[in-house]
Amino acid sequence: MSSKTVNRRISKTVIYILLFVLSVIMLVPFVWMVTASLKLNKDIFIIPYTWFGFEPRWQNYIDIWTKIPLAKYAANTVKLTIIVTILQILTSSFAAYAFAKLNFRGRNILFLAYIATIAVPWQVYMVPQFIFMRKLGLADTHLAIIILQAFSAFGVFLMRQFYEGIPDSLCEAARIDGMSEYRIYAKIMLPLSKPALSTLVIFTFVNTWNDFLGPLIYLTTDSKKTLQIGIKMFISQYSAEYGLIMAASVLSLIPVLVVFMALQKYFVAGITTGAVKG
Amino acid sequence: MSNDTADIQVTKTKARMARERKRAMVAYSFIAPNFLGFAIFTLGPIILAFVMAFTEWDGSNPMKFVGIKNFTELFKNDRFTASLENTLKYSLFTVPLTLVCALALAILLNQKIKGRTFFRTVTFFPYVASLVAVAAVWNMLFTPGKGGLMNQLLMNVFHVAPLKWAASPNTVMLTIILFSIWKNMGYYMVIYLAGLQGISEDLYEAASLDGANSWQKFLYVTLPQLKPTTFFVSVMLTISCFKIYDIVYMLAGGSNGVVNKSAIVLVFYIYEEAFRNWKLGSASAAALILFAIVLVITLIQFRGEKNYAND
Repeated sequence: MSSKTVNRRISKTVIYILLFVLSVIMLVPFVWMVTASLKLNKDIFIIPYTWFGFEPRWQNYIDIWTKIPLAKYAANTVKLTIIVTILQILTSSFAAYAFAKLNFRGRNILFLAYIATIAVPWQVYMVPQFIFMRKLGLADTHLAIIILQAFSAFGVFLMRQFYEGIPDSLCEAARIDGMSEYRIYAKIMLPLSKPALSTLVIFTFVNTWNDFLGPLIYLTTDSKKTLQIGIKMFISQYSAEYGLIMAASVLSLIPVLVVFMALQKYFVAGITTGAVKG
Repeated sequence: MSNDTADIQVTKTKARMARERKRAMVAYSFIAPNFLGFAIFTLGPIILAFVMAFTEWDGSNPMKFVGIKNFTELFKNDRFTASLENTLKYSLFTVPLTLVCALALAILLNQKIKGRTFFRTVTFFPYVASLVAVAAVWNMLFTPGKGGLMNQLLMNVFHVAPLKWAASPNTVMLTIILFSIWKNMGYYMVIYLAGLQGISEDLYEAASLDGANSWQKFLYVTLPQLKPTTFFVSVMLTISCFKIYDIVYMLAGGSNGVVNKSAIVLVFYIYEEAFRNWKLGSASAAALILFAIVLVITLIQFRGEKNYAND
């Protein structure tokens, strides 16, 4: 055997050892979560931890629904996530079309206002925003959460970047054919922008689904709370109900996992937009 | 010019103006739905934040203008200075460590190996997983007792004394930093992967011809070529580190959500000052300090980007 093939063997082995360590670090918390969710509280911290071969206790997954209004929390979260995602997609792609394909006065200044606010973290203006919403009577309403998430500058920016890549001649040709701008948007641009739309859907979905600080500040009535807040409250109240906490955690991860798996390739494309210039 | 042609000229200009106005109206109608929401609920509050920072206000009684008093008071408040210090400390460790992990992962997962997509997905998933769920597991794995998996590992494999993790003021930041690296490195790995794929094969071939080994190739080809990516990642990371809030709330917050001085961060201070103490002026002043820090980092990014564009 030449020294080169030996070298290659060694580096392959090193790579697979590293991959194994990586998988352990990344996966153990999730495997632990699932196994602990199927155990009695008293069995969870027994040494050594049993990873398999124990009697699964499915009761945890039944009890959690009655211990806290999990169905209500889930319904609230689903409702908010769907409304926010639809609004975000519609208003962002609509505005982005004008910024990318129409000429009008004030275009650059308006767009600059969007760009400038991307650099301002929400945490900087969350306090005046809350005071303002409260004045409008929107404190402790779902509408406030929707407003909070639905008009992000990020969405307009992402869609505009994508539209810029679609040739203007396409729109020009449609205009000569007598198509109105609204029809060009609906019939030409929207169908072409599926990748960007998917990216925006995932980002908005994950952000809204996982949002914590927004609902924490705005929602005080128990029946209006979201999954994240509800589970956190449960954890604070019953910190020793390990099995139930883990069952609730597993349940809250499933929708994100499903959406993520389904739209994964767009997600990666979305992250790299803006990061690397083409 | 005769009157007739002048008239035609005028009507022509009028027609053009009308057409342009109509066009502009169409454009505005596209922008309006998003812009109205954005202007009222984002732009407005941002301006208000700047005003509020110079006032004393509890949200219901009349606002009182106090000049820069809020800022001078902040720096006398040891909870605020602790929050600033902790945020800096957190960023100082989290940024370089996450960066190195993300780069190493990207190089590892850019190799031609079986199950590459699986490993990438596994590394990325914690980033999208809901924080409440993963923080709950983390809290149990890093429980201060001896039964926790991490302490088991410390005692049985590394033969070190068990740590109290988030329960002790000495190790609470360590726990938060470790968690944050674990949760976020997959995201930055994806950015690095894109950067790696943008490096031309020719460069590596040329280096091979010159007799470079793998380490030299990494040092003299990969690293310099990744400079813009590294720059972008470090700026994004730093900004996100300064916005940290929820991780601290989940890992170090007591059952009533109070965080003590060893773990308080800037955004937590803003939240507490505004929504627990109702000192909105002081909260806004702290928010402006956060904004100033993020702004400086963003400006550095813009300058940096210009430099790379000129290269």
